[in-house]
Amino acid sequence: MIKVTDITVNQLNVHFDKAHALKDVSMKIGKNKITAIIGPSGCGKSTFIRCINRMNDLIPSARVTGDVHVDGTNIYDPRVDVTDIRKKIGMVFQKPNPFPKTIFENIAYAPRIHGTRRKEDLNRIVERSLRRAALWEEVKDRLNKSAYDLSGGQQQRLCIARTLAIEPEIILFDEPCSALDPIATAKIEDLLIDLKKDYTVVIVTHNMQQAARVADCTAFFYLGELIEYGSTRDLFEKPEKDLTEQYITGRMG
Amino acid sequence: MNRKLKQNIYFGLFRISGWMVVAAIAVLIGYLVFYGIGAISWEFLTQAPRVGMSQGGIFPQILGTIYLMVLVLIISIPIGILSAVYLVEYQKNRFMKGVWRVVVHNLAGVPSVVYGLLGLGLFVLLLDMGASLIAAGLTLSILVLPIIIASTREALIAIPPSLREASMALGATKWQTVRHHILPYAMPGILTGVILSLSRAAGETAPIILVGAAFYMPNLPDSLFSAFQALPYHIYALATQTRIALTGPNLFGSALVLLMLVVGMNLVAIMLRNKYRKKYRW
Amino acid sequence: MTSALRGLLNKPRSVKMDLITHFTLLIIAGISFFVLILVFYTLVSNALPSFINFGNNEVTDLWNFLTGEIWRPSSDIYGIVPLVLGTLLVSLAASLIAIPIGIGTTIYISEIAHPRVRGILKPAIEVLAGIPSVVYGLFGLLILSPYIRDIFGVGSGTNALNGAIMLAIMMIPIMVSLSEDAINAVPRSLREASYALGANRWETMRAIVLPAALSGIVAAIILSIGRAVGETMVVLMCTGNSPQITANILDSVQAMTSAIAIDVGEVAGGSLHYHVLFAIGMILFLFTLVINFIADLIAARYSEAYR
Repeated sequence: MIKVTDITVNQLNVHFDKAHALKDVSMKIGKNKITAIIGPSGCGKSTFIRCINRMNDLIPSARVTGDVHVDGTNIYDPRVDVTDIRKKIGMVFQKPNPFPKTIFENIAYAPRIHGTRRKEDLNRIVERSLRRAALWEEVKDRLNKSAYDLSGGQQQRLCIARTLAIEPEIILFDEPCSALDPIATAKIEDLLIDLKKDYTVVIVTHNMQQAARVADCTAFFYLGELIEYGSTRDLFEKPEKDLTEQYITGRMG
Repeated sequence: MNRKLKQNIYFGLFRISGWMVVAAIAVLIGYLVFYGIGAISWEFLTQAPRVGMSQGGIFPQILGTIYLMVLVLIISIPIGILSAVYLVEYQKNRFMKGVWRVVVHNLAGVPSVVYGLLGLGLFVLLLDMGASLIAAGLTLSILVLPIIIASTREALIAIPPSLREASMALGATKWQTVRHHILPYAMPGILTGVILSLSRAAGETAPIILVGAAFYMPNLPDSLFSAFQALPYHIYALATQTRIALTGPNLFGSALVLLMLVVGMNLVAIMLRNKYRKKYRW
Repeated sequence: MTSALRGLLNKPRSVKMDLITHFTLLIIAGISFFVLILVFYTLVSNALPSFINFGNNEVTDLWNFLTGEIWRPSSDIYGIVPLVLGTLLVSLAASLIAIPIGIGTTIYISEIAHPRVRGILKPAIEVLAGIPSVVYGLFGLLILSPYIRDIFGVGSGTNALNGAIMLAIMMIPIMVSLSEDAINAVPRSLREASYALGANRWETMRAIVLPAALSGIVAAIILSIGRAVGETMVVLMCTGNSPQITANILDSVQAMTSAIAIDVGEVAGGSLHYHVLFAIGMILFLFTLVINFIADLIAARYSEAYR
């Protein structure tokens, strides 16, 4: 089923002080696929996805053991520069968080930091990213306006464009639609399906229908453990574990 | 890595700033302790100065400072707290609330010497109280009033409206709600404001210079209208008007005592505030 | 009228109590308000005579007061330019020292310092904020001045520089605590977005956090400068009290606040000198009003900056 792996997670454990948030998680995430992470609140989905781009490093009480290999390199190797990793692995958050700057500046920010300085290059990158995020037509005339003038759905697509600007290989989505209305959600789901042609997509969602709609593979987490992982169709139609079945049929969480 | 190098350089500079501030504190307090600790003894704290302040103690000055704090406590604390209670709980008019806010906020920033002028013009001269304890007490009370009102107000508005609604829904009157449900929860915050205000009153010098604190009095003050001595003025006068060779120990001892008094009160207020913040996370 | 009164008296006890307390509190608040207005009134009424007198006085008038370059109360000459410039010189010099160190310290505390270090440094700075100004003045006068005298080879160690250094130390705690509030108000989500894009902590600080907190930081700086201008004891004890016009920080100067405090023993109530001191007090009062107003304006802009 998973022919070419992009991310290999091995015996991943996360502790927040005394709390054991993620227990011995091992899985392989396929290239150019959409993988959904589902499970009830508090099951560790966000913690898991934040391990992939080492965002948990920002939490002082977090302790991560195990490793995460991306294209052969263990991202938790001490010799690795975490800012490089985050260039390759982007993240879109639950609540849209554009910077209090213009639309143009939001997108140009990251390429500038990573070395692109020339105006023509930045213009090109901004247009390309906005087109890819299906936002260009709506904002091309007001690139110099504040990002806060956009609607919620537009802001989230802006955040996606911002991430695309540095040309990652993997994009992580942490419940990207939970703050959006159904129409905006549909637009983003279409975008995800389009994105997987060029990127590896991992999406955390509490909405099972969403997982069923967009994901190729789905992983079910419960209380910090990976319970079941397989193709979306198999997981939803013929779940192997009881817990999975209970969650899917709504008897739990 | 060019980027990492830049970060290290800038962060290094910021780290240096931080430690410069620590160094300044250490040097300041260090010198004071060094020169002053030798002077402090039980006699120092309980006796009057002798021989032109080169011997004896600073009891009258300490007492004067305590009297001033007590006056401020009696005069402005209740008025300030209750005014804030009125402002937050009873005043509904938006315009008035705004006016109050502006007035209090601006008065809190007025230089202390201007309050001294007020004390001089109004209490000492116009109301003919002379250079007395009561004139100084009233002056300091006015200085501190905006602080009390502002800090009480903050403590009160930190309490969520749902608490008030719950109480009123049970049939309690406004005052019962305030007395039993609001004030107890706001007390730590209010208390913090009170302690900080009192320590301000203890440490302020300019106002009492203008109102006419005395440098030397043969007797302790015997009424509200008598002249008074106080630690801050004592320190100022010793430092600028006497021969340090003679009065040095008294001077630094006094400074150390004032420092310990004020810093001690501030530390208590800060600890109270931190404990309170941890306890009540609405 | 009497029926209304009877209606009032017939109300249940708890409601009556409530009305009474409401009324009492209103009175008390009224007293506060009255007092606060009194401050303004006293200043104005005591300052105004100086301008009225000025009209009749050959030596000085309002224009000469505001532009006069000589301040010599002993000869009844009252030009406040040396005082204003003295205040400005010391305050600006203090700001030049305090702003970089203060902002640097703020960034250090809020973003860089290890939590344990932060736990020591923050209370230490709050302690610093509480030290009485007369103690700073004492330090400057007796301990710092010999050093300045020797290092710079000047006749006296009490000068604008001395005042500026001690004022800077006084300004830093306020600046730090207000700026820290501004920096902490920047939502965590913005920082996360920046880190997720591969920016390091400094880049995030420089391009995202500081710009977002800028208005709050500027307001903090302005308020600190306001405090410096209003400070009395430090300038009184450390600057030498020589009202001269100079830009040399090694010279002795006199600030507006010192001029008020220093002569008060010799001032006769009702004399021109007395009224002039109140005039200076009014200028200081107005100045702080303006500073607070500007700082509030800037701070208001920052609280709208993000949702």
